[in-house]
Amino acid sequence: MSVAAAPSRPLGRTRLRELFPGRRPLLFAGLAAMLVMVGIAALGLGATRIPAARVAAILVEAAAGQPTQGGDVLIVLQVRLPRLLLGLLVGAALASSGALMQGLFRNPLADPGLVGVSAGAALAAAATIVLGDALLTPLLGALPFGLLPVGAFAGGLLTTLALYRIATRGGRTSMATMLLAGVAFGALSGAVMGLFSYVSDDRQLRDLTFWSLGSLSGATWTKIAAAAPFILPGLVLTPFLARGLNGLTLGEAEAYHLGVPVQRVKALAILLVAVAVGASVACAGMIGFVGIVVPHVLRLLAGPDHRMLLPASAMLGAALVVAADTVARTIAAPAELPIGILTAAIGAPFFLWLLLRRQGGLVL
Amino acid sequence: MTALSRRALLLAPALLAALPRARAAEPRRIVSIGGAVTEILYRLGRGDEIVGVDSTSQYPVEALRTKANVGYVRALGAEGILSLRPTHVIAIEGAGPPDALRLVEQAGVPVIRIPEEPSTAGIAKRVEIVAQSVDAAAEGAVLAAEIAEGFAKLTAAREKVTRPTRTLFVLSLQNGRPLVGGKGTTADAMLALAGATNVAEGLNGWKPLSDEGLIAAAPEAVVMMAHGPSGDAPDPFALPAFAAIPAAAQKRLVVMDGIYLLGFGPRTPAAALDLIAALHPDQAGSMQP
Repeated sequence: MSVAAAPSRPLGRTRLRELFPGRRPLLFAGLAAMLVMVGIAALGLGATRIPAARVAAILVEAAAGQPTQGGDVLIVLQVRLPRLLLGLLVGAALASSGALMQGLFRNPLADPGLVGVSAGAALAAAATIVLGDALLTPLLGALPFGLLPVGAFAGGLLTTLALYRIATRGGRTSMATMLLAGVAFGALSGAVMGLFSYVSDDRQLRDLTFWSLGSLSGATWTKIAAAAPFILPGLVLTPFLARGLNGLTLGEAEAYHLGVPVQRVKALAILLVAVAVGASVACAGMIGFVGIVVPHVLRLLAGPDHRMLLPASAMLGAALVVAADTVARTIAAPAELPIGILTAAIGAPFFLWLLLRRQGGLVL
Repeated sequence: MTALSRRALLLAPALLAALPRARAAEPRRIVSIGGAVTEILYRLGRGDEIVGVDSTSQYPVEALRTKANVGYVRALGAEGILSLRPTHVIAIEGAGPPDALRLVEQAGVPVIRIPEEPSTAGIAKRVEIVAQSVDAAAEGAVLAAEIAEGFAKLTAAREKVTRPTRTLFVLSLQNGRPLVGGKGTTADAMLALAGATNVAEGLNGWKPLSDEGLIAAAPEAVVMMAHGPSGDAPDPFALPAFAAIPAAAQKRLVVMDGIYLLGFGPRTPAAALDLIAALHPDQAGSMQP
């Protein structure tokens, strides 16, 4: 099935068998191979030297329900495996959300932060770090440990909902209004963040800084169990928006006349992004670069068809974040680098090389 | 079932061999997180037992040169720490992320937390807890006595100060804008120990001070931290607002090593004594007992 074949039903619907178009078997095979290799590297490498055979044995035993004891078992099952899984979830969520946003806004600079979810989450996290001590500690004795991620997630979601309401008039959402409202909210949240960092003490300030750099260092099974229900449904549903987004590239009115349920596509895309990015920011802090550049890399490699772009972005984003995290925790071992430094350091030169090789304008 | 028992049989000799070693001869392997913790461990004579330190462990200098660096105190990785096969992790309160340290504890390594409290009592408590955790009660008592003696000397010197100097602590001079130590900072606590008045006590925490605020505060002396190995600090009196304060007339600028001055460890009484001597050069003679 190709794009050119005239569809006999509305463009907005995507059938299951079209989700992985047969035209790109090489691309998807390559991405899958990359994910497997990166996954093996993530489990096999680390500050502690554990032979590959031993890692495999530990995994097989754990899968068979007979985990053995030992320091290396804990490192593989409680440190490396949760980090791998959280990295896959977060990377896939950020990159596929970036592809969704760029398609929805028809803007190559769009990133998941544009609908206010990152700014809202950051603001709520800063409020939790700075005000939590003053307001909640006297009430609860100590800050509950899960407060920061839950607060960040709620903050991101509420902000997106507020922006969506602002941009929606008479059942129609204006993407331009939403974009501008998002910029205004970003400025406002920047101001409030500045105020928070002004009133924060030494320790709170360092917490703010490190939270904004992002890290998978705190990955635990609890966090994965908390994040997966928000991220996985989004990853499953996102490809169903592909045809709608392909229609939208022609323009909103044109897409509408082609039979794309424009408003439903917008609302669903914004909701999916808010939930998935909110959950990943809450678990891993702000990891930059993945959301904006991964979709562009794939456009340069394989064109702008969203049926390819959405699932491929999720795969490449997951591979990039896991690879960056693996480097982050091995390169300076036993210390760790913030992962945001590495996603950009690995991804940016590759992206520049692609741009140079292409010489043409960006096709969106 | 059979697989399980076979594995148990295989493991048994290894476990039996491991147990007595852990009890008796196995040397301690300490990961020390926090500059003050590392300093105390060295003073207790446990420097040899340290296998890893965090990046804030700047004193003694050999710590970061000879031990593995596990990274910044608030950005630690569980696997990095565990890869050093520690028997003890001694961490300053506020080390983290909490999940990473929790994983270290799950791996069966005790994580001992040291309270962060910039005061005389706080230092004593730190020494006591660190000493206890590494079986150095005797050395700890000696060190505590030494520190108490230092503080007694400091109190005597402080009482000789006839008039407290109005002092401003400048952490940095980014773009000519001073970041100063207000109430609740370690700088404020240090100025109090040295019997000086903190002219920035109206501010909470580390805050930028405006030029007008600086002139209104009218400090008689400025204290800054030495930057880099050369021990230099930028000359604040070259800035117009600083030129207008009383301190500029006699160029009363005190530059001291930041960790020595603000670390709140065993060297704190000596640092405070040095600060008194630097703030009162005229009384320096009468200061020595």
